Amino acid sequence: MSVLDSKIPSGPLDKKWEKFKFESKLINPANKRKYEVIVVGSGLAGASAAATLGELGFKVKCFCYQDSPRRAHSIAAQGGINAAKNYQNDGDSVHRLFYDTIKGGDFRSREANVYRLAQVSTNIIDQCVAQGVPFAREYGGLLANRSFGGAQVSRTFYARGQTGQQLLLGAYSALNRQIAAGSVQMFPRTEMLDLVLVDGHAKGIIVRNMVTGAVSSHAADCVVLATGGYGNVFYLSTNAKGCNVTATYRAHRKGAYFANPCFTQIHPTCIPVSGDYQSKLTLMSESLRNDGRVWAPKTKGDKRPPQQIPESERDYFLERKYPSFGNLAPRDISSRSAKEACDDGRGVGESGLGVYLDFADSIKRLGEKTIRERYGNLFEMYEQITGEDAYKTPMRIFPAVHYTMGGLWVDYELQSNIPGLFVLGEANFSDHGANRLGASALMQGLADGYFVIPYTIGNYLAPQLGKRPSTDHPEFKKAEADTLAQIQRLLAIKGRRTVDSFHRELGLLMWDLCGMARSEKSLGRALSRIPSLREEFWQNVNVLGANEEINQALEKAGRVADFLEFGELMCLDALERRESCGGHFREEFQTPDGEALRDDQNFAHVAAWEYAGAGNRPVRHAEALNYENVHLSTRSYK
Amino acid sequence: MKHLNLKVKVWRQKNASAEGGLVEYEARNIPEDASFLEMLDILNEQLQEKGEPAIAFDHDCREGICGMCSLSINGIPHGPSATTTCQLYMRHFKDGETIFIEPFRARAFPVLRDLMVDRSAFDRIQQAGGYITARTGSAQDANAILIPKPAADKAMEAAACIGCGACVAACPNGSAMLFVGAKATHLNTLPQGQPERNQRTLAMVRKMDAEGFGNCSNHYECEAVCPANIPLTVISQLNRDFVKAAVSESVQ
Repeated sequence: MSVLDSKIPSGPLDKKWEKFKFESKLINPANKRKYEVIVVGSGLAGASAAATLGELGFKVKCFCYQDSPRRAHSIAAQGGINAAKNYQNDGDSVHRLFYDTIKGGDFRSREANVYRLAQVSTNIIDQCVAQGVPFAREYGGLLANRSFGGAQVSRTFYARGQTGQQLLLGAYSALNRQIAAGSVQMFPRTEMLDLVLVDGHAKGIIVRNMVTGAVSSHAADCVVLATGGYGNVFYLSTNAKGCNVTATYRAHRKGAYFANPCFTQIHPTCIPVSGDYQSKLTLMSESLRNDGRVWAPKTKGDKRPPQQIPESERDYFLERKYPSFGNLAPRDISSRSAKEACDDGRGVGESGLGVYLDFADSIKRLGEKTIRERYGNLFEMYEQITGEDAYKTPMRIFPAVHYTMGGLWVDYELQSNIPGLFVLGEANFSDHGANRLGASALMQGLADGYFVIPYTIGNYLAPQLGKRPSTDHPEFKKAEADTLAQIQRLLAIKGRRTVDSFHRELGLLMWDLCGMARSEKSLGRALSRIPSLREEFWQNVNVLGANEEINQALEKAGRVADFLEFGELMCLDALERRESCGGHFREEFQTPDGEALRDDQNFAHVAAWEYAGAGNRPVRHAEALNYENVHLSTRSYK
Repeated sequence: MKHLNLKVKVWRQKNASAEGGLVEYEARNIPEDASFLEMLDILNEQLQEKGEPAIAFDHDCREGICGMCSLSINGIPHGPSATTTCQLYMRHFKDGETIFIEPFRARAFPVLRDLMVDRSAFDRIQQAGGYITARTGSAQDANAILIPKPAADKAMEAAACIGCGACVAACPNGSAMLFVGAKATHLNTLPQGQPERNQRTLAMVRKMDAEGFGNCSNHYECEAVCPANIPLTVISQLNRDFVKAAVSESVQ
């Protein structure tokens, strides 16, 4: 058996999950309370997993770095959540959602995982409504839907432009119920700094209390990571400021394979960067592309205000290039088209890095009131940030880093190659291939937490009864000492540059050399510059204060240290994947009209990287992707 | 782009038990398109370069939804425009202005360091009953319950609360009625929330009192500062629900 055994059940695609559930091991209710499970992260995946596992009777400890689990960055998701309910009677089905997701991911995800995701998508909506999530409704009281990119059906459920918030508050309320019941113990303002392996199994974590600085050990029968993505390796992204790669990267250093780290999603509709003081980028939901038309001037350097550019001199480039999907082309394609227009000198705004998202036609057709009802909060947010009124003048948008499809490698059970280490949500690599479709992140986070992990965790746990080590075990003591040593090392450098200055420099480098377009040349440059930046960091960073206090510079320093190693892994993966697919666009591999050119012969696989020690080149493993139910076609949205 | 030079007077306090005080700093060359928190970032970079520890403040999403940022700016929670601090932009300030920056002040929100406060009392109120019991996997089809649009909209309006605590900091009594009212209105308006309605209302209100939040005496400051536009009607709804629940409890 290869080390990358995906454990996909045999049998027809639509029966695999049923078969798996029947064949998986059960744990009797009296024994469940003898198990302890650690869940790191309290976003959609973490909170739903902790709540559901607690409800089943396991003793759960849940950790998050925020002051409350309700603040995890899932809360910021705007547009919606997909589900194959077919409530609109427009031809949707489990199979269509499955196919759209596989195709949207440019044929780089596992069939069986994606099919299961589409199957449980319908249960998620039922579950959330039962919890009181106030999804948008029609006047008759039925649930409303809208369309999202990469789909020709309306299968997206939403709660104003705040769907992530409402789904997370639902999961948070389920979590609260379990905290009150005593089955989940919550540790807010606590950051995981290491994974502890005992006899090769994940049996605990090392954490730092962010208020007192105390570093401590927690043992469990297994560890579940739901710690989100690594978009902040770019410094500027739509992620929250605290989002980081530390939990997954430190697990990687302990042996967990990192899969497809180069698959990052650049979202087409974000507010453009306005200056180098900027700390984050703000997304304007994809749902806006239902009613907004994307365009750039036809003439280079046209600096007239948008209203003065006549219709005949505008290039509605998505409608022109992709007539059947138009403004709802998938994210990777839309982002690249915007970049093309700007590279061509037709970008708008002060920086020239922007295109228009214009609502004038929709306002004329539907009235301002309807547009306000649909997107009012987004227009308000746009006005707060830019000072411009998008009812009167088109929004300016530009692509920005938004989501990471790569993550720790997991099998069908969502277990990594380390026994006992499970990885959920954005933190794993499993379902979105090389490009995620809009409104699918929320679906995956909740699918993993509510409906997958509760069934798959049993196979690992059942034979582990009574094997939980104590935190006195030497492996815990060693990991604790290593963690403290790294903290002291950071504090002792006392150099001349702030942590943020290193993070900005790394981010800019990653954006320029491993961003929307990559080449052998750019990646080679990145791979030579990152190690020297990392070296400078360890000699010249200035982290003031002590460990035994609230120290935000110290928290950031640990995360940036990991980004400085992880960035290199990302570039290496991008270099080795000699094809273009989804969000990974290698300039050398494109069709004559500039579309991504896949190489199914050599790259229809998952690249999973094994850590080989500091300073050594990580080892690349490949898990072949076998397509039995879909035909690998060239993705076309024309 | 215009740049501003400002004086900021910032509350510095080493930890929960230390004494704190206002310290004056110069914030120079602040772009007017920067957010308030980006102004603090710039100031923090300048402080750290001079060897002075950065000002600690809570923040995360920086797009107005996570509710982690706080700060009282010139005495107003989240500052002059009714948004979160992270969505407040420096173009709202004048060159040469002096700005007072303090943590949210309330008995139930102890200061942890500088501008950071402990709002975990909010979590404990919700743990007391701010949920609908819906065991995972037991739900019926989502369209089996018809919810009239007005009810769904009313629930959504209340559910938009981001849990930042500005309502408490703005209230002279340190009351959390807007926050608890929002949660109760959200769940008590929906058909799914009816079975536990009384129990939920009583449990949350009692926990709110036990956590040291004050009473509502109709100052309406909470509504004025709320970045999520939670309407005051949630408080009257909470009062009605509480009375009904208390009566029903005493009858039983």
